[in-house]
Amino acid sequence: MIAAATIEDIEATAKRVRRHIVRMIAAAGSGHPGGSLSAVEILCALYFRVLRHDPAQPLWPDRDRFILSKGHAAPALYAVLAESGYLPVEELLTLRKLGSRLQGHTFAYFPPGANTLSTCIQSIPGVEACAGSLAQGLSFAIGQALAARLDGRDYRAYCLLGDGELDEGQVWEAAMSAAHHRVDNLVAVVDRNRLQNDGFVDDIMRTDPLDAKWRSFGWNVGEVEGHNVRELIAAFEAAKAVKGKPSVIIAHTVKGKGVSFMENNPEFHGRAPNKKETERALAELGGE
Amino acid sequence: MTVTSTSAALGTAATREALGPTLIRLREEGLDIAVVDADLGSSTTARLFAAAYPDRFFTVGVAEQNMIGIAAGLAAAGKIAVASTFAVFMPGRCFDQIRLSVAQPHLNVKLVASHGGITVGEDGVSAHAIEDLSLICSLPGFGVIVPADVVEAAQAIETAVRSQGPFYVRCTRSKVPTIYDDTYRFAFGKAHLMRPGKDVTVIALGVMVKAALDAAAQLEQEGIDCRVLNMATVRPLDREAIIAAARETGAIVTAEEHLAHCGMGAMVSQVVAASHPVPMGFVGVQDRYAESGRWDELLEKYGLTAEGIAREVRSVLKRKKSGL
Ligand SMILES: Cc1ncc(C[n+]2csc(CCOP(=O)(O)OP(=O)(O)O)c2C)c(N)n1
Repeated sequence: MIAAATIEDIEATAKRVRRHIVRMIAAAGSGHPGGSLSAVEILCALYFRVLRHDPAQPLWPDRDRFILSKGHAAPALYAVLAESGYLPVEELLTLRKLGSRLQGHTFAYFPPGANTLSTCIQSIPGVEACAGSLAQGLSFAIGQALAARLDGRDYRAYCLLGDGELDEGQVWEAAMSAAHHRVDNLVAVVDRNRLQNDGFVDDIMRTDPLDAKWRSFGWNVGEVEGHNVRELIAAFEAAKAVKGKPSVIIAHTVKGKGVSFMENNPEFHGRAPNKKETERALAELGGE
Repeated sequence: MTVTSTSAALGTAATREALGPTLIRLREEGLDIAVVDADLGSSTTARLFAAAYPDRFFTVGVAEQNMIGIAAGLAAAGKIAVASTFAVFMPGRCFDQIRLSVAQPHLNVKLVASHGGITVGEDGVSAHAIEDLSLICSLPGFGVIVPADVVEAAQAIETAVRSQGPFYVRCTRSKVPTIYDDTYRFAFGKAHLMRPGKDVTVIALGVMVKAALDAAAQLEQEGIDCRVLNMATVRPLDREAIIAAARETGAIVTAEEHLAHCGMGAMVSQVVAASHPVPMGFVGVQDRYAESGRWDELLEKYGLTAEGIAREVRSVLKRKKSGL
């Protein structure tokens, strides 16, 4: 079991995770830095304080489930899994390369020998679901949460969504059904960085008022500054106490957070930094 | 469609009628089944399961994409997840969800589609499912079964539920003649030899199996010895039976209630072309959409009948003789 880390430790880990992300994507020559960097504290708060998980037993039936619905932020998840001990940190630099376990978008992990029929893809322990085509994660997490209920287990399901991803109807199908079935061991997190692929959410497809939308769908809504680890942890703890309905945490974040020229810059949704940009980014992030 | 004397005694039933009772029976045995439904459970008969096991039945309303995702999540957490709706909405409406959330992780999700083919005749083209086999067969690792009658449907669903991995079972809305009795044993991945024959093989599935038997009886009068195979398992195809048919009968006609250019026949032709090329003919809907009408009228109009199969057999045999 991962022991709960202090806020200071988590913040320090978040810094390392940011550096991993920049290095990984730079080494791959492609990837999605913006939405990976915005999700760092959310993931770190979950993996180092909130989730019940154990890198030594990645398929432990009582583990909390984490589903990264915005699968293009895979580098952030891989980096956090590496910092947790699921894979060697050095392996991160194989992202997207032929033969690597680090697929461009998350691919579910199977123990050796399983899933040989349909794919030859390797993944890393700790990755719960296939993602990349957006907006499928919340439904999947509901299924896992319902299974916990059927099995009388007390694990919880967490799902991270992008705010552009919310344009998809399936998210709202899922939102409605989770409330209808009173799935209270489910927590959705919206990475509210206000940017999507083609630009600002407000210009592409306005989703405000977001809190009212979720509330009207029957959810308990929390709202936090998404780079504040303390606030995030408090919101996750508060969600655990909510009974009879699912919870969503709207985490206000900055796309590209931590790298000045990536912050709020639509260009870095899906482009890797070049050599110079990488050096600059790492310098800003306090890289060695 | 005419019912021949051999099978009339067994009566008729819609293959979808097998779903609810089979799931209940398997749950009674203790299988860890959970069912997800998208507001068609009374039509698919999944609702019968809801009545017996309400805590294991989840409706999502008219939301097929979400249904697939929840089924995938249930399966990932260890359940045998069953999702069902009409064939036209599954895989059509939620192909992306089936591909990413079910097929790629090869999860234990059983899709049972009812109202396959043009069985929902009068509702018209929006309700006809004539592309579903093509879509679902494009996904690596899926088991795909189209039972010919209710006896086979019950066994196909049971096989899917008891096996590991994703499955698609396609059923009918309308009642179809029951051709098997209780002694029948469905074997996944194996074609069932319905009738031996040396001149030509008709490979059929679903409702077309009965039509093929009727066609064979008709052709016998003309001195044509017709082998009939029920290719209920569309994926994986029984390659051995196909190659044997090509080798031993030298001509093949496929018959399916699906678009002819991209269904079972197209997949059979790939096996034949690669292994033992022989003349082939394809009975199915020919690159068009059908319209509103009674199911039997539509089958007639689009040639999905014993007569349509017999016609195709005669034409293929001509090519066989002339060596074309
Ligand atoms: C179904 C689907 N449509 C389109 C895309 C292409 N795409 C990848 S990321 C993205 C924008 C996502 O925006 P958001 O959810 O806000 O992610 P973030 O800004 O946090 O990176 C798009 C359109 C996709 N992956 N899936």
